[in-house]
Amino acid sequence: MRVRLDSEKCQGHGRCYALAPDLFESDDEGYSVLKITGDVPAELEEAARLAADNCPEFAIELDEG
Amino acid sequence: MTDGGKPPIKDWATDFDHTHPDYARKAPEVWEELRQTCPVAHTERFGGTWLPVRHADVSAIAHDTEHFSSEGVIVNEFKPENLAPIGYAPPITSDPPFHQMARRLLLPAFAPKEIDRWEPATRKACNDLIDDLLAGGATEVDAAVQYAQHIPVRVIAEMLGVPEEDGDKFRTFIHRVLEAPGEGIGELPYEETLDYYLRQVIEDHRQHPRDDLIGFLLNAEMDGNPLTDDHITGTVALLLIAGIDTTWSAIGASLWHLAQRPDHRKRLIEDPDVMVFAVEELLRAYAPVTMARIVAKETEVGGVTMKERDWVLLPFPAANRDPEAFERPDEVILDRTRNRHVAFGLGIHRCLGSNLARMELRTAIEEWMRRIPDFELADPDAVRWSTGQVRGPRELPVRILATAGSR
Ligand code: HEM
Ligand code: SF4
Repeated sequence: MRVRLDSEKCQGHGRCYALAPDLFESDDEGYSVLKITGDVPAELEEAARLAADNCPEFAIELDEG
Repeated sequence: MTDGGKPPIKDWATDFDHTHPDYARKAPEVWEELRQTCPVAHTERFGGTWLPVRHADVSAIAHDTEHFSSEGVIVNEFKPENLAPIGYAPPITSDPPFHQMARRLLLPAFAPKEIDRWEPATRKACNDLIDDLLAGGATEVDAAVQYAQHIPVRVIAEMLGVPEEDGDKFRTFIHRVLEAPGEGIGELPYEETLDYYLRQVIEDHRQHPRDDLIGFLLNAEMDGNPLTDDHITGTVALLLIAGIDTTWSAIGASLWHLAQRPDHRKRLIEDPDVMVFAVEELLRAYAPVTMARIVAKETEVGGVTMKERDWVLLPFPAANRDPEAFERPDEVILDRTRNRHVAFGLGIHRCLGSNLARMELRTAIEEWMRRIPDFELADPDAVRWSTGQVRGPRELPVRILATAGSR
């Protein structure tokens, strides 16, 4: 699985880094930053889905590959 | 039923009034009806106002800053004019490109890490209030008046550096802006206005510099220049107004819900991990804030043509109950795991205080449930909901059935 964060869409609702802190973190202004590159480790796939499903701005896209 | 001399609303689709007590009481039913019949309602009131209720329409408007201006965000008879792009309370009343500068200035102070620092003070405030509530063995208390309303006041007063004892004053100012906007303008002596109060407070900070948010704004620069006095006053007014009634409403509505749901009370106590979802679900179901825009350029939304200078309400709470966007929207599902709720808005104006509001709401529920795990509505008919664009219980008598723990 791959995860993509669209920073143009992100408005800093903070749902992703609250629900999937191993994948996302907040910058100094509250906008999201992706912490990993490449494939999502298997044990974090559930967290990635949770983050994507709760982003009000549809800023997180998953490629289930 | 009439209330305050207001005749009942006959047709919500063509003559709605969001300041009517009927709307306060049964807004979700009104949205449901409109969603099936309209879906964009209109009224001639306030000089012409639209009310979209579908998630798709609310989202389209919130993201379209070209056709919709934030010059006016509270619908009333007095429509602001020629204030864009700054407006009277930056950044909420600002449009691009000014908006971004005014907002970025404030963002770091409201980012999650900074807000975490305020959690112990919030927890203490909640416990102080509960101590007072329970003093003397009271069994009937008002969860809105004696608890919910004080929590955001205490926290934001400390963050800004204004005396917490002025809480009653803030609530009077806020009531004028949010619940009775435009009423009595020009009738008050200047010394009794929010503007006068804030200018005194700011002057005091100038004389006695302090390390708080007002102190920060006094030292802040935009494009290399200090902020104007109007900008500082407007922003401080905004932080007071935006954070108090809103969070008070969210806490109150959540307790109103829990008072009626023994199963949900039990779940929160037995399964603390559900809290992270429960807070969001309560925010979705009882989202307190409806915003507004003024049409900047004629455009079409949901099949209607909105004309330049029309008012448009942005009912985020209605979007949160749209079946197109949420499964079983009228049910409160504490562990809902797909929840893209928009209680904090959408687009560039996303609530700047959302991290603070979430922390306050979570802490307020946690402490209440820890110390008052069992309670019910003392009299469902005595619950009074606010009117206007911020919706929440203003009177909420509850009967305490069990207490536990201590601070
Ligand atoms: C549960 C409580 C709250 C809710 C539901 C809420 C809701 C909202 C919403 C929907 C907006 C978007 C406005 C728009 O689109 O025009 C907003 C903006 C804003 N809120 Fe909140 N709010 C809450 C608490 C707070 C708190 C505690 C503060 C901070 C003291 C705050 C400060 C602000 C500010 C400054 C803005 C303007 C942001 C901008 O225009 O860029 N809010 N809020
Ligand atoms: S949930 Fe979405 S909008 Fe919010 S910080 Fe994460 S990516 Fe950004």
